[in-house]
Amino acid sequence: MLLALKKAGEVQKMLNEKDKVFQNLHGFQEPFIEGALKRGSWSNTKEILSKDQNDIIELVKSSQLRGRGGAGFSTGLKWSFMPKNTGKQHYLVVNADESEPGTCKDREIIRNDPHTLVEGCLIASYAIQATKCYIYIRGEYHHEYVQLEKAIEEAYERGFIGKNACGSGFDFDLYVHRGAGAYICGEETALLESLEGKKGQPRLKPPFPAGVGLYGMPTTINNVESIAVVPTILRRGPDWFKSIGAENNTGTKIFCISGNVNKPCTIEEEMGIPLKELVEKHCDGVEGGWDNLKAIVPGGSSTPMLPKNICESVLMNFDDLKANGSGLGTAGVIVVNKNNDIAEVIERFAHFYKHESCGQCTPCREGTGWMHRMMQRLVRGEISPEQIELLENVTKQVEGHTICALGDAAAWPIQGLIKNFKSELISKYNKKLKAS
Amino acid sequence: MSGNHPGLSNNFSRSGEKFSWSKDNLRSIKNIISKYPKGREQSAVMPLLYLAQEQNNNWISIECIETIAETLNMPKIRVTEVASFYSMYNTRPVGENLVQICRTSPCWLRGSNKITKTICKETKCEINDTSDDNKFTVVEVECLGACSNGPMIQINNDFYEDLDEESTKKIIDNIKEGKPNVIGSQKGRRSSENA
Repeated sequence: MLLALKKAGEVQKMLNEKDKVFQNLHGFQEPFIEGALKRGSWSNTKEILSKDQNDIIELVKSSQLRGRGGAGFSTGLKWSFMPKNTGKQHYLVVNADESEPGTCKDREIIRNDPHTLVEGCLIASYAIQATKCYIYIRGEYHHEYVQLEKAIEEAYERGFIGKNACGSGFDFDLYVHRGAGAYICGEETALLESLEGKKGQPRLKPPFPAGVGLYGMPTTINNVESIAVVPTILRRGPDWFKSIGAENNTGTKIFCISGNVNKPCTIEEEMGIPLKELVEKHCDGVEGGWDNLKAIVPGGSSTPMLPKNICESVLMNFDDLKANGSGLGTAGVIVVNKNNDIAEVIERFAHFYKHESCGQCTPCREGTGWMHRMMQRLVRGEISPEQIELLENVTKQVEGHTICALGDAAAWPIQGLIKNFKSELISKYNKKLKAS
Repeated sequence: MSGNHPGLSNNFSRSGEKFSWSKDNLRSIKNIISKYPKGREQSAVMPLLYLAQEQNNNWISIECIETIAETLNMPKIRVTEVASFYSMYNTRPVGENLVQICRTSPCWLRGSNKITKTICKETKCEINDTSDDNKFTVVEVECLGACSNGPMIQINNDFYEDLDEESTKKIIDNIKEGKPNVIGSQKGRRSSENA
């Protein structure tokens, strides 16, 4: 209902500056402690930590914050799955492995506003009774790793974390672990394997990490952005967070726009901003004008592309994108205009998934390679309409038949291509046939 | 599979010299191991591989693996497995500057092909090659996570973003001449703001 209302309403206004959670997303202010204190980080952390742990979980639940890593699961609900008073070591693990093509949001949080993350780690860990937290950061983010380590050191020095964190009586340790160039480690159980010093191959679920996670202990894994917004939600209240966006799609969201726009950028906006407004207002439009738009991948490489007619009106939130056959994913918006071959965009994704498959499940290990080879031929106009159908069929045999979602992620972009541009792919074949 | 760094083969080789930790690294190792619970020292294998790589001219030899296995009291094959799975561990010697060009769609849409051509021309390297003077190794890699700043490359630890052919050539020239480069955006952006 709310969605429909918003859609019918007049032109949306831009998100108010004062409602932005990340006041230093682009690094024009001091990123470290002095700047962070000015921006309000650490201002009343002790008071927050004096709340009951369940109350914090309830507050986050009632804010309707949904996980920012792609799946969009309620963060508060996830925390509530953690067992209570087990006497075991609980862990919070923060997923900073940001590797989904099109996504570069956590990077800006970590290098420009790292204290939002450090403070979020403390509060979230307190809520789930974890006295230890690991942040798993992708290896290539070396500069970001250095920034984060410095912020953590500052927080220790000021007594914000460590023994008796912020004078709350809660002991808390925070560590950073660097990945080393494997996309699959963004999958939560692969990430745990990697943290344990093994190859990053996903685990079968169940058992779920909340029961048996890192080192066999109860563990919650959250995305950087999900954790970094928590201090502000608790400070300004769930109602403030809910007042932005729409029912069940609340709050602000960082969008990363890349590809064929005049000014690619990363920006925090209201959840549910119309896709067209995001591109036109924040990126100065599509290269060659809106009419030169071919398609947009709305949520990182794994989400199926949207053709232009849907891009006209779709809202950038979980539910509206889902209703339109795609997903918000990580909100990595990849814009493709008519000057580029849309098939090659997807062929490159297929290459990516082939390269990143961990090799554990046969449908994915063999399927990603096969699909990539077919995509190469498709780009050259060498596969017939029957073979296009075969390709689509094979993507469906990979989808849903693997331990983790990488198989699905490899299948969806190809399915999206065939769904939206089948006639074009066929005419490509016919043209090639004629030429030979 | 994930570990196959484009062109950096998974066949490990010996350097022929014993690998032992530097004094500084011995101190760091103690520190690193203390981050993980007792009995879970294996968790330190990734950070130790980084240390070894840094000390060993940016590549992992069989000797490195043997030393890490000994330090962490774990089977050599487990260390080898990890070193081959993750693409950032170089399993063969590389040049002084490891140039990694992002080839994934967001960068490609903004012209990463031209960047690749420029780099190959300026370094006189094919993809996966090391230049004769050992100054450069050039590889194409998958998404490096700076998509709003594409096309981009990574040279050793540093990102160079918002590239075009001219700025790419300048970066390579500066390295050849021993001059410093501006890290990050080559179009004067602070980070990924609209500008």
